[in-house]
Amino acid sequence: MEKVEVMLGNAAIARGAYEAGVKVSAAYPGTPSTEISENIVKYKDVVYSEWSPNEKVALEVAIGASISGVRALASMKHVGLNVAADPLYTVSYIGATGGLVIVVADDPGLYSSQNEQDTRAVARAAKVPVLEPSDSMEAKEFVKFAYELSERYDTPVILRTTTRLAHSQGPVTLSERVEPAEPVYEKNIAKHVMMPGNAKYRHVAVEQREKKLAGDGCEFAVNRAEYNDTSIGVITSGIPYLYVKEALPDASVLKLGMVNPLPRKLIEEFASRVDRLYIVEELDPVIEEQVKSWGIRAVGKEIFTVQGEYSANMIRQAIGGETLSVAEPAKAPVRPPILCPGCPHRSTFHVLNQLHIHAAGDIGCYTLGAVAPLNVVDTTICMGASISSLHGMEKAKGSQYVKNWVAVIGDSTFLHTGINSLMNMVYNQSTATVLILDNSTTGMTGHQDHAATGKTLMGDHVYAIDIAGVCRAMGVPRVTVVNAFDLPLMTKTIKEETASDQLSVIVVKAPCALLDKRPVTVQYRVNPDTCKKCGMCMKPGCPAMTRDEKGVISVNDTMCNGCGLCAGICKFGAVEKVSVR
Amino acid sequence: METKNIMIVGVGGQGTLLTSRILGGITRKAGYDVKVSEVHGMAQRGGSVVTFVRYGDKVYEPIVEEGQADLLIAFERLEALRYVHFLKQDGVLIVNDQRIDPMPVVIGAASYPENILETLSRDHKVISVDALGEAKKIGNSRTFNVIILGIAARHMDFSKEDWLAVIEETVPPKTIEINKKAFEAGYSLGGIA
Repeated sequence: MEKVEVMLGNAAIARGAYEAGVKVSAAYPGTPSTEISENIVKYKDVVYSEWSPNEKVALEVAIGASISGVRALASMKHVGLNVAADPLYTVSYIGATGGLVIVVADDPGLYSSQNEQDTRAVARAAKVPVLEPSDSMEAKEFVKFAYELSERYDTPVILRTTTRLAHSQGPVTLSERVEPAEPVYEKNIAKHVMMPGNAKYRHVAVEQREKKLAGDGCEFAVNRAEYNDTSIGVITSGIPYLYVKEALPDASVLKLGMVNPLPRKLIEEFASRVDRLYIVEELDPVIEEQVKSWGIRAVGKEIFTVQGEYSANMIRQAIGGETLSVAEPAKAPVRPPILCPGCPHRSTFHVLNQLHIHAAGDIGCYTLGAVAPLNVVDTTICMGASISSLHGMEKAKGSQYVKNWVAVIGDSTFLHTGINSLMNMVYNQSTATVLILDNSTTGMTGHQDHAATGKTLMGDHVYAIDIAGVCRAMGVPRVTVVNAFDLPLMTKTIKEETASDQLSVIVVKAPCALLDKRPVTVQYRVNPDTCKKCGMCMKPGCPAMTRDEKGVISVNDTMCNGCGLCAGICKFGAVEKVSVR
Repeated sequence: METKNIMIVGVGGQGTLLTSRILGGITRKAGYDVKVSEVHGMAQRGGSVVTFVRYGDKVYEPIVEEGQADLLIAFERLEALRYVHFLKQDGVLIVNDQRIDPMPVVIGAASYPENILETLSRDHKVISVDALGEAKKIGNSRTFNVIILGIAARHMDFSKEDWLAVIEETVPPKTIEINKKAFEAGYSLGGIA
């Protein structure tokens, strides 16, 4: 009997890779792509999988595996593809021996990202075919089709998802794994060594491939015209297809499973058979601009936004012309994401806040140090940019200017790309101060291991890179390590290092508060007899601390994890340690 | 069957994902098409979180929109208020009577709305429960989400045996017994409400 499981889109992608016979998978965590690797590791008997230090490395690992003749996968979020853009553009020329699939997860609506870029535009520029599934079942099947395409057309293939697909569950019918025949490796420098003399011929092959795919794509089952009432025709793909089907059940729909290159003849035929043609795609008008450039009349971004996610109601109104009356939301104070109770970053930001220091920030939970009540982080650009942008500030304004600035970057982000930026600081004689907030994990994406945790994705215990040691070895003259909750020492160290005329790194250590799953044994309570109600302990914004209408401060015993930051701040000894359980 | 729409709202870290996984499992066990849409990543860190569950003969859209929810399960009072406009006119609202202050309230920039339950009850059928208190009674405060699920089960057409079977398939093996106990407790409470 066939087995059906309700699976997350990302779990279905992992399953698809397993069924397709993938042997090597590499990734760097990034919402909403992380669970792909976390599910692939379930097949570790037959699939090697790893967390690479960054997406460029991950893609190059997958390319090597492909050249050697096995099916390989790299997965990342949309901004991760920017990091991996260098190998992407050139592997498009090299092609694939064993199938090479790159899963890239876009984030319309910015649930967990610093921008809303559209991967299809990158793929067009790199001339790489893109498949876009609409639900979990398709996600699994499209992965398998992507490997067929990759090998048949000698090309890497991007499988593009969005947050809504990656993080939605739906029924998936499971199949068995196939073990594809592995071609014998043949040395072929004309195809594998991309120096100018070879690459200019490969470019010709790439252009031919694009043309052939655009033609053959008209016959691919993933591109499907669903003719119905032809007064309205909609070209769509991915998640927006679901909204179109929900909102306009009677319309004719051209569902594109391959969104680059576009199957032109199929689109022209569909356009000729419907009265009014609409194009519904989240983010940029990638399909629309091409279709219109062929002289086809269609309506798209005239009535749809380039921002955020779509919905069936949006389509009912924009295409269906319906006026929907929905209740107004009630007035309620916002609930933005916050640092968890016991988070070591809160302690660090509290000290920086007290010292009136600005921080060039980076990508991780500690980006939340930008908002009230911590208000420390001034900038966030991309992975690794804290260190390099602080260096730029110093070179622009001089070393005095950065005396009340630091860079803050997490351990995983430091190893991702921050390490290059620090190398630049050493080489180009920076005098600034870098705080590496080492919480022993990749926190924001849900606790993935990295090169300094001593454990791999597949569970092996390995040598843990010593972050402070790496900094010293690169030649950073002043490297110190402090405990994130030792407020006096951290305050003294930050004062000294920012005042120093040499480059400093302070590794601020304390594990992520969510890493230790054991029951809490120590908590803190406010003693109402000694508490002066001054509110100092409330300043770092710990969610476990509350103050009632009368100003009485208390600690919530279901949230306190015993970090002791509040007790460290209280000048009156009114926050007392208690044993629980 | 016409598609049923359920929403689970709460504060990141409260265990909405486990609840939605059990809901996904039970609808599938009954042979329905189902889509469950979740929020992961940065948005879950103590922020407002929403999960959508839609099931029926054929489900396209993965999200529930304003005015469409048959059942709204709120793990926290303020979150109930924030999302109540998603409820259908005759929809049911189950509220865990717990207060978690959002950061603007913690730092004094906003105040926590008063009399939320009364406000909600004016226009909707509201079932409120101190699930945390009930969970402490059975000896594990973390199972409060499954207690709420037990109450919600009274407003869906699946048998208790199927619920218990799905819980057994979904939760970590070591926690099967306590979660079943929590479900039973909620199911009994739901019978009274």
